[in-house]
Amino acid sequence: MNRSGLLSAVAAVALLAGGSAQAQVAVKIGVLNDMAGLYADISGPGSVVAARMAVEDFKAAEKGIKVDIVSADHQNKPDVGSNIARQWYDQDGVDVILDVTTSSVALAVNEVTREKKKVFIPSGGGTSDLTGEKCSPYTVHWTYDTWALANGTGTALTRQGGNSWFFLTADYAFGSALERDTSAAVTKAGGKVLGSVRHPLSGSDFSSFLLQAQSSKAKVIGLANAGADTTNAIKQAAEFGITQAGQSLAGLLVFSSDVKALGLQVAQGLVLTEAFYWDQTDATREFSKRFAAKFDGKMPTSSQAGVYSSVLHYLKAVEATKAKDSEKVVAKMKEIPIDDALFGKGSVRADGRAIHPMYLFQVKTPAESKGPWDIYKTLATIPTEEAFRPLNEGNCPLVGKS
Amino acid sequence: MFTIFGIPSAALFGQLLLGLINGSFYAMLSLGLAVIFGLLNIINFAHGAQYMMGAFVAWMLLNYAGIGYWWALLLAPILVGLFGILLDRNFIKPMNDNNTKRSFVMVITSVLAMVVITYLGVNPSLGFAISVGIGVVAATLWDRFGPTFVALGDQHVDHLYGLLLTFGMALIIQGVFRNQYGVSGLPYGIPPQLSGGQNLGFMFLPNYRGWVVAASMFVCLVTWFVIEKTKLGAYLRAATENPTLVQAFGVNVPLLITLTYGFGVGLAALAGVLAAPIYSVNPNMGADLIIVVFAVVVIGGMGSILGSVITGFALGLVEGLTKVFYPEASATVIFVVMVLVLLVKPAGLFGRAQ
Repeated sequence: MNRSGLLSAVAAVALLAGGSAQAQVAVKIGVLNDMAGLYADISGPGSVVAARMAVEDFKAAEKGIKVDIVSADHQNKPDVGSNIARQWYDQDGVDVILDVTTSSVALAVNEVTREKKKVFIPSGGGTSDLTGEKCSPYTVHWTYDTWALANGTGTALTRQGGNSWFFLTADYAFGSALERDTSAAVTKAGGKVLGSVRHPLSGSDFSSFLLQAQSSKAKVIGLANAGADTTNAIKQAAEFGITQAGQSLAGLLVFSSDVKALGLQVAQGLVLTEAFYWDQTDATREFSKRFAAKFDGKMPTSSQAGVYSSVLHYLKAVEATKAKDSEKVVAKMKEIPIDDALFGKGSVRADGRAIHPMYLFQVKTPAESKGPWDIYKTLATIPTEEAFRPLNEGNCPLVGKS
Repeated sequence: MFTIFGIPSAALFGQLLLGLINGSFYAMLSLGLAVIFGLLNIINFAHGAQYMMGAFVAWMLLNYAGIGYWWALLLAPILVGLFGILLDRNFIKPMNDNNTKRSFVMVITSVLAMVVITYLGVNPSLGFAISVGIGVVAATLWDRFGPTFVALGDQHVDHLYGLLLTFGMALIIQGVFRNQYGVSGLPYGIPPQLSGGQNLGFMFLPNYRGWVVAASMFVCLVTWFVIEKTKLGAYLRAATENPTLVQAFGVNVPLLITLTYGFGVGLAALAGVLAAPIYSVNPNMGADLIIVVFAVVVIGGMGSILGSVITGFALGLVEGLTKVFYPEASATVIFVVMVLVLLVKPAGLFGRAQ
């Protein structure tokens, strides 16, 4: 698998419409993510489709911008990711790298981009360090970050009445960071954390931890873990009738693709935060249906939609500056407000954080769902100002200077 | 309601019961390993991958052929067991006989077929399966019509080779499934007859978990009975002790050995089908479990069938208790027990000293 991944890494995926006589600026966009592994369903090849759609919708060729898109598989390995980034920047003339799932790879690409003075717009990568201590003048973090997820689910759910929490935490750095951030949000919103249990990473049986969570009588069970740990926990919570008995499950890092993998029968009632869901407005529905037509009938995930709208915003900045000079383009991206069909109104802050509303969703029951992709109902909208970490709390060195 | 060491007794009983359920998975998997090691002298590192295949075959039967859980319980072990037999015929047996030409024929034909198929642009996972099939056919033909070879009998190859061989196989199998199905996992529901649960007063016991314990105990007992108490089992055990002599009595020893490997693999697949409705069905599900199961086998005594079953259940209970008192250690406790047991009884609790 790795070898074929590397092959596809080298292969340029799409050459786009363009190259007309009036082209003045030529930009090359690189979509770098996990094409076949753990996060392939969250970003993967769908992100390339989204980037291509953005270029078409922007009518780049008519506006004098020639756009090439290349893509590669970083296999969730920071060394592979930073090697590809280096090669793209040095030899292949790539101007901007998009998406980059997996926090560790995103941080590596962040450093390469800073060194090469290019542009980096992560969408699938989640760590809030990208706009915190590791923030860079060349990085714009688009869709979500771990702080926003923890805060969104923690705060909004507590306000909805889920004011006592119990955590199932994966016993490593990522898990405890999620638990810490969410606990802070819960307490701040007036809720109470009744306890937590640390489970080993990649455990297969969660029933005894779930029983401890159940006997804590907490209203909400927060799942501070990811991937197969989360799906296992959700599956077994359904088996033990925990959600039916009145406690709700809150996934702190769950995407619509995970919910699809679990099925509504098992995932029903799960509460989670995302930046985007296909069935929100006419604009998102229209975009998603076009996307699905090009991508095996699959609706876009939030990080794929994020790639689409970040490409649009980047191209707007290129159009406005009539050049692709990284510093000017990023400055322009921070200057012009985001007015996006998919993510609503927002802006890019000094630390590189793109801010927009986030949403608290609940997974529908099979009875409520009207189609295979009808999976969420909106519980709350987290307004732009509250959705992301306040500018002065991230310890970003850029803040205050500009 | 009374408490034990500060834990309410209800919670404690609940956890013990859960430990028993986990223990039944450990018991079934370690039973398969013990059968394969005890009778074939192979440390089967592909056991986790075969367990995963069991769960996936159940999912495939449901989604591609519309065959439900109960038939999968029968069919998946047979299909995966057949796969195990192919694995044994093409790789493990040639290695033990020191006659690896057959494996070379198989690998080289498969690689050539894969190159051609990739060139034709078939889906990679399907292409892989087809080329392996072509390789197997070529190897079988070679075996039949190629130069004859007389095995030297009861010479035992170092365990390490078998371990490395099966470990490599496990990586390949997992890679193919990961490539085809991704890692988010696939949904597989609990059969309707077993959904719901019983309120036992101190905990809610899902019916399915009760079924898992019962099924696993039944399978373990039957296996133990067949191997220790029947004539077939006596042949098997004799064939392991001295294959040349047993063959001289007219027993087809190579066939017996191959079928035993297939049976052990089938046990892993059966555990996989039982696990499919409650654990996430993903390509890595076996890799996560197999290390623990190996520890169980080592504690029980390598190759001891009764030992592996009893230790499986017992360690499930120990783990369940740890999850109550100190959950952080629940992944480690089995290995602590392993160290202690090996210090006191190097052959394991039920093993015979060599």
